[in-house]
Amino acid sequence: MIPEIGHFALILALALAACQAVLPMVGAQRNDTTMMSIARSAAYGQFLFIAISFGCLIYAFLHDDFSVLYVASHSQLALPTPYKVSAVWSAHEGSLLMWILILSIWTMAVAHFRGDRPQKLDARVLSVLGMLSVGFLLFALLTSNPFERLIPAALDGGDLNPLLQDPGLAIHPPILYVGYVGFSVAFAFAIAAMISGELDQNWARWTRPWTVIAWSFLTIGIALGSWWAYYELGWGGWWFWDAVENASFMPWLIGTALIHSLAVTESRGLFKSWTLLLAITAFSLSLLGTFLVRSGIIVSVHAFATDPTRGYFILTFLAIVVIGALILYAWRAPALDSSVGFGLLSRETFLLLNNVLLVVATTLVLLGTLAPLIVEMTSGGKISIGAPWFEVAFLVPMIPLVMLLGLGMHTAWRRQNTAPWQKLLRLPAIAAVVVGILLPLLFYGRVGLMLAVGTIAAVWIFFSSLIQPIRSWRRAPGNAGITRSALGMCIAHFGMGLFVLGATIVSAFGIESDRSLSIGESVEVAGLEFELRELRDVTGPNYSAIEGVIEVRRDGEFVTTMRPQKRQYLVQKSWMTEAGIYPRWNKDLFVALGDQLGGGAWSVRIQYKPMIRFIWIGAFVMAMGGLISVTDRRYRRRAIPEPAV
Amino acid sequence: MSRYVLPLIAVLVMIPILILGLQSDPSKLPSQYIGKPAPEFSLQTLQDPSRTLSSADLVGRVSLVNIWGTWCVGCRAEHGFLMTLAEQKKIPIYGINWRDNRQEALQWLEQYGDPYVASGFDQDGRVGIDWGAYGAPETFLINAEGRVVYRFPGPLNASVWEQQFAPLIAGMSQ
Repeated sequence: MIPEIGHFALILALALAACQAVLPMVGAQRNDTTMMSIARSAAYGQFLFIAISFGCLIYAFLHDDFSVLYVASHSQLALPTPYKVSAVWSAHEGSLLMWILILSIWTMAVAHFRGDRPQKLDARVLSVLGMLSVGFLLFALLTSNPFERLIPAALDGGDLNPLLQDPGLAIHPPILYVGYVGFSVAFAFAIAAMISGELDQNWARWTRPWTVIAWSFLTIGIALGSWWAYYELGWGGWWFWDAVENASFMPWLIGTALIHSLAVTESRGLFKSWTLLLAITAFSLSLLGTFLVRSGIIVSVHAFATDPTRGYFILTFLAIVVIGALILYAWRAPALDSSVGFGLLSRETFLLLNNVLLVVATTLVLLGTLAPLIVEMTSGGKISIGAPWFEVAFLVPMIPLVMLLGLGMHTAWRRQNTAPWQKLLRLPAIAAVVVGILLPLLFYGRVGLMLAVGTIAAVWIFFSSLIQPIRSWRRAPGNAGITRSALGMCIAHFGMGLFVLGATIVSAFGIESDRSLSIGESVEVAGLEFELRELRDVTGPNYSAIEGVIEVRRDGEFVTTMRPQKRQYLVQKSWMTEAGIYPRWNKDLFVALGDQLGGGAWSVRIQYKPMIRFIWIGAFVMAMGGLISVTDRRYRRRAIPEPAV
Repeated sequence: MSRYVLPLIAVLVMIPILILGLQSDPSKLPSQYIGKPAPEFSLQTLQDPSRTLSSADLVGRVSLVNIWGTWCVGCRAEHGFLMTLAEQKKIPIYGINWRDNRQEALQWLEQYGDPYVASGFDQDGRVGIDWGAYGAPETFLINAEGRVVYRFPGPLNASVWEQQFAPLIAGMSQ
C-alpha cells in the first residue's frame, strides 16, 4: 500500500509540475497576476507530494519491504539501519527520485525567498523550473519507477553494494546533487531573462546568491567524493579523472566561471550574453553528467546499471533543454549585450581571463572524457584516456589561473593605475616567492621547478587574499571595512590556496610502496618502520573480515597501530578493502591489505601522504567563502510591500 | 548574429556522438566464446552429487545454459519466465548454480519450481568464471554442436526472448 501511495504522489506531483510549467508563463505574457501567482502554490504543493513519495521509499527500505523490486535489489535484512536509508539513493531509481526532491526544494526556496524581484520574473523562473521538473518526473515515472513491485516478494534482499556501505558515501550524493541541481536555478533565471528581454544589474544580483550556494554545495560534494574514493577504494589517490568524476567537475569549472562572470554583470552590467551562456552551460553539463552516469555510455566505477531506454530518454530530454535554450540564446542574446568599454588593466580583464581559462580547462576535460567515445566510433577501437594526460593538460590553464588570481583581486573596475598596485602587491609577491621556495626545501628537503610553481602560487594566493581582510581589521586609512561579499571572496580564494598547496605537496612528496609482509616482518617506508604484528578474523553485522595489525615506529619509538581490513560481504560475496589510515593535519599514513601471497605473506600497500588533508580542507574553506558571500546585505533586500487592494 | 549561434552548432555536433555512443552499449561485451565450443566442465548435479553435468551433455541439440544463484535477485526476477519456457518444452535449460549453498538451492527449486533439465553445482565459482560470467543471471544459447551462439547478461523476460533469442533459434533450425 505504502509504495502505491508513493507512486501516486509522484503522479500528482507531475500534474502540479505541469501547471507550474504552463500557467505562470502564460500569465507573465498576458500580465495576468492570478495566473502568475499559481507558480508559488504549485511549487509548495509539488514539494509536498515529492516529499511524500520520497518518504514512502524510505519507509519501504526501513521496513525491508522486499516486494518492492528496488528495495529487494539494494537492501538486505542485516544491513545496518543508517545504510538502509542511504541505500535509497544508492542506485538509479532512488537517486533520480532524490534529484527530483532536491529540484523541488530549490524551486520552493526560490518561490519562498522573493526578495525584491518583480512578480513577472519569478513567474517565468518558476515556470522554467516546473518544466525541468516535468521532464525528470516523466523520466522517473516512465522508465525508472522506484516503486515497481516484485511479486512474489523476495525473502531477503540482494544487499547494498558494499562499496557504498560507508558514511562518506551516505552524504556525498545528496550534497553533490544539491549543487548539481542548484544550477537549474541560474538556468531558469537565464531563460527568464531571455524570454523577457530584460537583463540588468539587478538580474545579476538576484541570480548570484542562488548560483553561489549551488556552487558551494557542489564544491563540498565533489570534495566528499574525493575523500571517499581516497579511503574506501583502497588506492590512496584523491582524484582519478574517472568519467563520472569529470562529469561532476565540469559543471563545477563552468559554475566557477559563472560566479565570476556574474560579478562583472552585477557590478558593471557587462558580459551579459556571456553570463547567460555560462548559466545555460553549467546546467547543461549537469544534465550531461546525469546522462553519462545513467545511460551506461561510459564504463566507470560509479556508473549505474545500464539501460538503453533510460539513455535515450535522458538524451532526448538533454537535447530538448539544451537546444531549446541555445536557440533562445541565438535569438535573444544579441539584443542584450551592451558595449561599455573597460581598460586593458582592469578587473574586467582579469575576470575575462579567469573565464577564458576555466572554459579552456572545461573543454580539455570534456574532450578527454568523450575522446574514448569518439575514437570508438571512428576507428572501432577502445581507448582510455588516463590520468597522466589529464594531469598535464589540466595544468596548462590552471597555472596562469592561480597566478593571476592574486592580481585580479586587487585590481579596480574600469581601469587600474599601476603605481598603487605595485606598492600594494610588491611585498606580498616577493614574500610569496621566498616562502614558496623555502617551504618545500626546509620541510621536505627538495625543491623543483613545477613544485616551486605550485607552492609559490599557493603562498601568493594566501598573501593576496589576506591583504583586504587585514587592512579592514586594522582599519587602515582609506579603508571602509569589508563587505560580507568581499570577505567571502577572500576566504574562498584562501581555500583555493590551501587546495593548491596540498595538491602540490602530495604529488611531489607522496610515497606509495607495495610490499610483501609476513607476521613479525617489518618494512621501512618514508623513514617509518611498519611491522605486521598479527592477522585476526573480525566479524561485522553483514561481513567477515581479516584484519592486519600493523605497528608503526619511528626510530624504534611507537607511533601508532594501524588496522587495515579486507572484508568479505556475505550476501554479494565481494571483497572490499578497508584501509587503515593514520590522519594528522600535515600528513596521512595509509595502509591497505592486498592479496594473500604464498607462505603466509600478504601484499601490503603502504602510503605516506603529506598535506593531503589540505586538499579537502581547502575545498571546504572555498565553499564556506561562497556561503559567507551570500549573506551580504544587498542580497537580502526586500520588496516594498504592495499596498492592499 | 553569427557568434551567438556557435554554441548551438557545437551542441548539434555533439549530440550525434552521444547517440552513437548509446548504441555501442559497453554492457554488450561479446562473450569470447561466441562461435567456439562451450568451455569444458564437469560438475556434480545439485540434486545428486553422484551424478554429473558436463559440457558433453550440451552436444546434440539446441539448449540454454543459465547461470543462477539463490543470492541473486535478478535470478528471482527471471525465474517465472524460465518456468514458462520450461513448460513449453521447446528448449532444454541447463542450470549452473553459481557460488551457492546446496541446501538453499534445492529449497529454492522446490519452492519456485525447477525449470532445469539439470543443474550443476558450482560451489567455488570456477565454472562460471570459465564461461566468462561476471554476474548472475547470465544465459547462454548453445547450438547442437555444443558451440556458444549468444550470451545475454541480466534477467531474461518475454520481450528479450522474442527479440534476441527467438530469431537466433529460428535461424538455427532452418
